[in-house]
Amino acid sequence: MSIRNFKWRNLYLWFVFIVLYAPIIFLIVYSFSKGETMNNFHGFTWAHYQDLFADSRLIAIFLDTLLVALLSSILATIVGTLGALGISQTTRAITKNTLLSLNNILMVSPDVIIGASFLIFFTALKIPLGFGSVLLSHIAFSIPIVVLMVLPKVQEMSRSLLDAAADLGANSWQLLSQVTIPYIMPGILSGFFMALTYSLDDFAVTFFVTGNGFSTLSVEIYSRARQGINLEINALSGLMFLMALILVIGYYFINQYSSRHRHASTRGRRK
Amino acid sequence: MQRKQRLSRQTAYFIPYVLWIGLFVIAPVILLVYQSFFDINGHFTLGNYQTYFSSNTYLMMTLNSVWYAFLITLATLVISYPTAYVLNATKHPQLWLLLIIMPTWINLLLKAYAFIGIFSQAGIANQFLQFIGLAPQQILFTKFSFIFVAAYIQIPFMVLPIYNSISELNPSYVNASKDLGATSWQTFSKVIFPLTLPGVKAGVQAVFIPSLSLFMLTRLIGGNKVITLGTAIEEHFLTTMNWGMGSTIGVILIIAMVIIMSLTGGSKRRTKRGLTK
Repeated sequence: MSIRNFKWRNLYLWFVFIVLYAPIIFLIVYSFSKGETMNNFHGFTWAHYQDLFADSRLIAIFLDTLLVALLSSILATIVGTLGALGISQTTRAITKNTLLSLNNILMVSPDVIIGASFLIFFTALKIPLGFGSVLLSHIAFSIPIVVLMVLPKVQEMSRSLLDAAADLGANSWQLLSQVTIPYIMPGILSGFFMALTYSLDDFAVTFFVTGNGFSTLSVEIYSRARQGINLEINALSGLMFLMALILVIGYYFINQYSSRHRHASTRGRRK
Repeated sequence: MQRKQRLSRQTAYFIPYVLWIGLFVIAPVILLVYQSFFDINGHFTLGNYQTYFSSNTYLMMTLNSVWYAFLITLATLVISYPTAYVLNATKHPQLWLLLIIMPTWINLLLKAYAFIGIFSQAGIANQFLQFIGLAPQQILFTKFSFIFVAAYIQIPFMVLPIYNSISELNPSYVNASKDLGATSWQTFSKVIFPLTLPGVKAGVQAVFIPSLSLFMLTRLIGGNKVITLGTAIEEHFLTTMNWGMGSTIGVILIIAMVIIMSLTGGSKRRTKRGLTK
């Protein structure tokens, strides 16, 4: 009874697993297919990848997407880290809770609300739609996740560490750069990383604030997918799958790094 | 004295973050509400709300959107609960969990695009139907395909919170229930399910709210057969340029979001990656 039960359970899990991955594998398989549709596999070819690398518009969009992602995640990490430090400094519980609730608004709001309200905001301030508005939006929606990743690290840090450094004559810049920042570095790294993936993945917010001249990969995929099947998109998905794989591995190593870091510091404290 | 100085310096560091809250959290929401009181010519009016509440089209659209979000959430829950439950019993639950979450790292639009190929007239889904002896169907651009793809995309976001609450469940409750003579079904319905309800609520919240606003799927997969609140907002903002009406629907969506959050208990933020608890 229990053996049969066990098999059924695993079968179900495998079923869900296959359903989740089949469409992705399907996409990548057809990126190597001769022909124009995703209906029958017509033999192996690299042609769609060659088309992809010859498509200068797409490469420019790819570089723009990368630039927005890097810039926005760096800036969001700076603002978010300072924000987390500030939140941990607040002494009154009500201030802290208000700040945390405000911080979470952009995390729970649906993307269309963020996109539409940012569009009104940029128009009201007469900020032209394009690279600048997309960058500002990406910074804005990445900040809360950075705060959430950094804040636990800041709260874990003991006050006496800062007091000791101050007693030994460190000024406030030294306190920040040589005591606080190194201590909370794992949190900052995972925050940066999350911000990066948020930015690379975003479609809805960008779609609202992008205007006419500027585009990111997600927006471009959307407009091409509306025109129907084009195996160049399959080739693109193959590359983006590789990129996602690299990001997952990167995230894994950041986590490993921070857990090793934590172990090292607790061992140090025990001595 | 020194500490005071340090505090004032800390306040200076804090300025960018507070500016962000003011400019990008509070101001846009206020502007959205403000905009909802203006008509297409820029005159102050309550007309948008009047139109919304007196028009069958808008009210039916809202009901439809809530109904589809409900169906998507239900489908996701029915698939995800057993998944999380079985996951918890495997030898390497963390590895399985990672594998279930991995697809969320792939761009949503690429996944939607894959289904355009799978569900197309001569696509693999229809080839399968023919293989088992059925006539090919129009699958793409139907309500079914919209619900299917939306559920497909949302499954990992439902599995994760449910798995978390199942893995925290103390097995001795289950053993006690069995020792006291409960059947498997009684153990599940009276012990396991109530104790994992917080995870289910978190999952429902994480799936229901985005389901109200998935406008790209209604366009790519639903073929405009399904109009969600999100589709209506996108349409008003980017196609008909009637921002006032779009903002009014936006306010309705915010209200719907607050209602769902209060029903499912607080804001359990959905992190897109699911890797952070």
